[in-house]
This record gives sequence, structure tokens and C-alpha cells, in this order.
Amino acid sequence: MSKDNQVLEEFTSKEYEHGWNVNLEADEAPKGLSEDIVRFISAKKNEPTWLLDWRLKAFRLWEKMKEPTWANVHYSKINYQDIIYYSAPKQKKSLTGLDEVDPELIKTFEKLGISITEQKRLTGVAVDAVIDSVSVATTFKSTLGELGIIFCSFSEAVKEHPELIRKYLGSVVPITDNYFAALNSAVFSDGSFCYIPKGVRCPMELSTYFRINAANTGQFERTLIIADEGAYVSYLEGCTAPMRDENQLHAAVVELYAMKDAEIKYSTVQNWYPGDKNGKGGIYNFVTKRGLCFGDHSKISWTQVETGSAITWKYPSCILKGDYSMGEFYSVAVTNNYQQADTGTKMIHIGKNTKSRIVSKGISAGKSQNSYRGQVHIMKRASNARNFSQCDSLLMGDQCGAHTFPYIDVENQTARIEHEATTSKIGEDQIFYCLQRGIDEEAAVALIVNGYAKEVLNQLPMEFAVEAQKLLALTLEGSVG
Amino acid sequence: MNTATETSLLKNIIASFNSTKSAEDILRQKAIELLEETGLPSAKSEEYKFTPITKILEKKINWTSTTPASSLSSINSFLIKDLAAYLVVLVNGKYSKELSKIGDLQNNLIITSFSEANASAKATIKSHLETVVKSEDSFALINNAFWQEGIFIQVLQNIIVEKPILVLHINDANQEQVISHTRLLVLLEKESQVSIIEKSESIGEQPCLHTFTEEIIVKESATFEYCKIQNDHGQIHQVSNTTILQATSSKVNTFTLTLDGKLIRNNLTIIIDGEQCESHFNGLYLLNGNTIADNHTVVDHQKPNSFSNELYKGIMDDNAKGVFNGKIYVRPNAQKTNAFQSNRNILMSESSTINTKPQLEIWADDVKCSHGCTTGQLDEEALFYLQARGIPHQSAKSMLLYAFALDVLASIKNENLKTYLDQLISERLHKNF
Repeated sequence: MSKDNQVLEEFTSKEYEHGWNVNLEADEAPKGLSEDIVRFISAKKNEPTWLLDWRLKAFRLWEKMKEPTWANVHYSKINYQDIIYYSAPKQKKSLTGLDEVDPELIKTFEKLGISITEQKRLTGVAVDAVIDSVSVATTFKSTLGELGIIFCSFSEAVKEHPELIRKYLGSVVPITDNYFAALNSAVFSDGSFCYIPKGVRCPMELSTYFRINAANTGQFERTLIIADEGAYVSYLEGCTAPMRDENQLHAAVVELYAMKDAEIKYSTVQNWYPGDKNGKGGIYNFVTKRGLCFGDHSKISWTQVETGSAITWKYPSCILKGDYSMGEFYSVAVTNNYQQADTGTKMIHIGKNTKSRIVSKGISAGKSQNSYRGQVHIMKRASNARNFSQCDSLLMGDQCGAHTFPYIDVENQTARIEHEATTSKIGEDQIFYCLQRGIDEEAAVALIVNGYAKEVLNQLPMEFAVEAQKLLALTLEGSVG
Repeated sequence: MNTATETSLLKNIIASFNSTKSAEDILRQKAIELLEETGLPSAKSEEYKFTPITKILEKKINWTSTTPASSLSSINSFLIKDLAAYLVVLVNGKYSKELSKIGDLQNNLIITSFSEANASAKATIKSHLETVVKSEDSFALINNAFWQEGIFIQVLQNIIVEKPILVLHINDANQEQVISHTRLLVLLEKESQVSIIEKSESIGEQPCLHTFTEEIIVKESATFEYCKIQNDHGQIHQVSNTTILQATSSKVNTFTLTLDGKLIRNNLTIIIDGEQCESHFNGLYLLNGNTIADNHTVVDHQKPNSFSNELYKGIMDDNAKGVFNGKIYVRPNAQKTNAFQSNRNILMSESSTINTKPQLEIWADDVKCSHGCTTGQLDEEALFYLQARGIPHQSAKSMLLYAFALDVLASIKNENLKTYLDQLISERLHKNF
């Protein structure tokens, strides 16, 4: 046992790898939230009046709402007046190439191991990098432009494609949806916008990196992806944050809109700072993600690998409105130390012959709590709906917890629903088998966990799958005793 | 939901308490105070999310504390055929000495109503009452405050009770509305064994409300079998809170059959407070008309090395609504726990619904736990196979439904009881589905 403890010690004393703080001169709003701050953000971004009105409406609604308490997570109350709602790196003129980007910023990406130039050269991924709320560089824009694909920062889209923003903003996640969505609608600073025109198959993976940099800033980004008839897009989102003691709030909104025959694949790898081994600090990640399969035969697929954040509160959902539409949700959520995760999905079947599939793998170690919360709702007119859900939990150590809260509500007799869940630990015999073959314990655990999560990792695009596998092994190193 | 009506029902309940019960009864007084605090469940209450019970009671029940007398003379039609049992009968929440047949009691077995208990039994009742039931449920609180009668059963050490005990509740609402609140307190001493059947029947067209609280304490190495049959033809709304506390090496087998009634809510809680325990709990709900049946089960593993297995099945027809919520808790030190849960449903009509939520909460790592849940229809191919062999559609359907439902009966040991249940189920499936 003492050896195990030693290993555990080594692991837990390991510092957060992405914990560094680049000195970018920030352009900040004063602390606190009021109508004036909302107006300040809107003015900073030269927004049209309708968008300001929309923000104000959301703000007024938010003031009347209560913070939800139903999730299985515990944290000290957030003081919304103690947060800086707007922070932009001082870098105002629009960019045409990488050379114009602040060299400090380039360094940031290099430290992350995703330098834009490298990404450009090696992987062909178009990166829209977001640091503290303002999108600073969008690559591959011209290549995409030839196909008619719009991929830009949200504020740019507001200026250049107001008709699209006006039509689709809030169409999937309305401002009234929930507390954090309303907050985001009022103060969102930037984000990504993507439009794939009719019949176009996006030739490369689109990607955004989010990074929270300045201290005490909440990050409120907003992503809107629209796939027109018959279009296809695969979108990647990765997140990191430097080490800070105070908990930082992140309340993002992601809206996906799929028309007839369109397909959107959305993948996330999230490794925000989870707090130290005593549960101090870390990101509060309260995100609203939802996709609308509006047209017939449309498909939305969510894949997420969640290894970071002190608290995760996230339910990427699909509204299956079109007939024969399809929703998928693949998730690996890993919690260690004092991390808490309450994550899952909602599949709302409205159209006929709709299908959904949920595969959720939870891994909890240390003193963490990991919950799956999901809903499968078959509405009255959704005949022949089909759902398969599987949520497995893996426990490491005797002080963590795994919880499952699946809601299955069926109002149509032709629905076929299957749900299964298991909870177990890594078997001693499995470890022994590996040890016998000369694989040490660390590697054995990584091997077994990767095997356990394979069904989900397989859904990730190549570049991400490698990163995700490394992250899994890193997060869990030494946590088996 | 309209909050104004809720508070008026709560007000009526409290007013009726103040006018009839004396403040000296501390337990009752405490319960009503707690109820005043917690209130009645609303549409927002997680535990009653799918069962709008307050709304329905507000509409149907006029809250008074008077219970009408019943002129019921024959209860033969309610009995279980060929089953030799100790018979305890309660009519409209009152113990009926005339209708009960306790007769010659086996030695070291006590069956008595609370009101007729002798001094020593009274002392045991007093020391055990309300020690097991949780006071989180509003209807458990209502029962704590208002209970009219209780049945006390005690089996002393090493005693195996040969005949099952049948507790029959009849609500006679032919004349006017009936409100009953009854309790059952069972004490199984070490290495004892007993089988209890609780059956609820109601007649008449007037509405009824019945709250049940069952507290069952199963000591070391004792074996307890419990069967609850809910086959009410009247306008009954019932809520039961059944809590079983298991000590080391004890065994518990429960079966809940829900066939009829307006609104049925069963809260079944099993607390495993010992090692090497075994518990099986099965349930079957066959619903039609406008029936709402809501089964909430909790199995709470507090100690290591125990086993629990849960299987609930349901068939919903017409406008019926089924609700199932199964919770498995495995507490931090309850290592080596094996806990399984399964819930399977068939929807037969366009307007029937099912809301199910199988829930696992686990704080121990060396455990094996799983749950599964399905909702579907009859297999078209199986139906076709039978029809191709000359079996009419209707019978083929009943045969398949019967086969679907039957395996929940596997754990019942008493043959006569099993035959009776089998018959109830098969009749039901042939007639109504």
C-alpha cells in the first residue's frame, strides 16, 4: 500500500501543466454587473441597437431568475458583482495574417502545443482562437470563403452577416432557457460563428481554442453553428485556463442548427484548471449546449471529453424535430481530487422515426463526485422513436462517488427505449494480468481506462483523440490503489 | 399548479387536526408541525413531479376526520382462495373484531390491533413506533399525525410462523367519502420467519383516501416475506410508506401488485443495516382506465457485503400513467455490495405514458451495481408467429403479455398465494388488454 501511496502522492503533487500566465495588456470593464455594464460591452463592440435590446431583455430576465440548485454539486455562492464581464487583449485592428498577431499571443499557443502555424501546416485545421472573449485570429478563412462557408468571430458576424445572426441567435437556446443562458445572453463578449451553405461538405475540421487568461474574468462566449440543407461540418472545441486561486466562472452558450439532411458533429476536449489537490480554485463551468435537428434526416452528434474544471454543469442536448432526425451523445467525464461533475444530455424526440444514442462513461477518483443526469423524452407524436442509452461509471478509490439520474419519459406507445447503467472498479485481476506481462501499474491503468472509454474516443477526430488519450492517462495517473 | 388551492388543503388538514387531536400527543403534534413546514407536494417537488397528487386530492377529497361506519357483513369475495391464513380485517381504517379470524395463535406470536393490545404489547409498540419511517414524505407526516388504528405483529426469537398473515383493508364508500389512516408495525426477532400479505380493496362510488405506514424491523438472520395487493375497484387514492430495516444476515422478499384504483403511490424503502443481507423486491403494475400508479423504491446499502435485486414491470393501457423511480444508494463503507435493478414497461395505447427514473448513487468503489430500463411494445414477429399457428390476435396478445409479466412471481414461495396472483394477472390481461 505504501508504494501506491507514494505513486498517488507523486501524481497529486503534479502541477497543472497549462498553468502559466501570459502578460497581455487587457482592456477591461470595471467589476460587477448592471445595465450599464451590458451597455458598455455592447458599445465596446459597436453593436447594433437590436442586439443591445436583446442583451438588456436577457439581463432584466436574469435579474428575476434564481440560480438553480438541483444539480448534484456543491460550491460557495458566486458573487456576480465580483466578476469582470469584459476583458479583451489590447489588439483592436482587424487581422489578415498571422504575422500581425501579438507575438505574446503566438507564444501562448506554442505553450499550449497548438501553435497556429503548426496547426496550419500539419493538420489543416482552421483555428479560430479565442482568448478572453475576443477572437483574435481566424485562419483558413479565405480557403473556406471560396466554398461559401462563413467561419468568423461572433462580433465580426454581427457586423458582416447581421441578417443571419438576427434570425438564428437564441433560436435554439432562448434567453429564457435557464439562469446561466440568460446571463450569457446579457453579457456574452465574443465567440464563434459558422455557416455552411446548402450542400457543402466542409473540407476540414473547424476548431476554436478557448482560454481564460486575465484574473477574475468570467468567460461568456457564444457559439452559433448553422448547417444549411445537406451540409456537413465537424467542429472542435478545446479549452484551457491558467492556474488561479479564485474560482473563475465560465458560462457559455452553444447553439447548433441543422436543416434538412444536414449533419453537425461537435467535439469538445475540456481541460480547464480543476483546482489544486485541496479543492482550492478551479473553473466553474456552467455551459448550455443544445442542437436543433430542424429538418428531416438531419443529424447532430456531441462528443465530449471532460477532464478539467472544478465544477462542470453541462448537458449538451438534441431536439429532434425533423422526421428521421438523429441525435448522438458520447461523453467521457473524468474527475479527480475535489472535482465535481454533473453532466449528461437531453434527447427530446418530437419528429417521427427519430433516433438517439447516448454513451456516457464516468470515471471518478480521489474525493471527486461524478454524476450523469440525462433525459430521454418521447413526445406524443414521435412515433417509432428509438433510443439506446448506456452510462457506465468507474470508481477509483473509496472516497469518490458516482451517481446516475436518468429520466425516461415516454408518451408514445411505439417508442422503443433501452437504458442500462453499470458501476464498477478496475479489477485487481486486470491489473495483475498487465503486471505479469511487464506493463507497470501506471501504464496498466491508462490502458484499461482507455479501453473503457474507447467507444467515445473513437468518435473524436484524429488530432483530438491523441490529445484526449494523453489527458485521460495524465488525469488519472497513480489514482489506483 | 395553483398554489392557492394547495394551501387551502393544507389549511383544512391542519384545522381538522387542531379540532380533533389533543396537543398532549407529542408525536402527532410534532408531525403536524413538520407538515406545516414542509407543505404538500407541488408540481415542482422532485419526488412528486409526475404525480399531481395535491391537485387531485384538492378536487376529490373533502378533508374531515369523521369516518363513516360500514354495514359490510360478508368479506368472502375479498379473501384469497384456499389460503389458510391468520386474518386481520380493517374496515374504513378501523379494526373489525367480528370479521377478523385470528383464532388460536401459535405460541410466541403476537398479532393485535394497537387499540386492543395488552400492557406489554403497548409498551413494545410505544418504543418502536415511528423509529423506522422517514419523515420526509408529506403523507408519512399526515399518517403520523392522523393514524386511527394500527396492527402490531411480533414474532419472537427462533419462531417460524407457519401460516401467512393476511391483513385486509376494506374501504366502504357506498354512502359517503372515506378517509383512512392505518399503520402496521412488524417486529421479527432473531432467526424468526413470517409471511405477511397486505391487501387493499375498496367498494362504492364515493372517493376514498387511504394513507398506509408500514414499519418493519427484521432482526439478525430473520426472514420476511411481504406481498402487497392493490386491487381496488372503488375511487381510491392511496399513498403508502413502507420501510423495512434489515439487520445482519436477514432476508427480505417483497412483491407489490398494482391492478386498480384511481391514484396509487407506493414509497418502498429498504434500509440494509447489516452485512450478508439479501433483499429481493419485485413489482408489477397492470394499469388501464385513468389509473395513475407511482412506485418509488429506495434501497439503501449502509453496510458492506449485501445483495439486493429489484425487478419492476408494467403494462399501461388506455389513459393510464405509470411512474417508476428506483434509487440505489451505496454508502461510503458499503464495499462488496451487489445491487441490481431493472424496470421494464410496455405501452399499449396512444394516450398511456410512462415516466421512469432509475437512479444510482454510489460512494464506494468495490461494488457491482447496475440498472436497466426498457420501454417498448410487443414483438410483432412473436405476435405473427402465434397468429400463424391459428391463435387469434387477442389471445396471442394476452399470451405474450402474460409471459412478459409472469417472471416477477418467481420469488413467491407460498403456492396458494402464487396461484391466486397468477389468476389475478391472467384474468386481468385477458379481460382488459
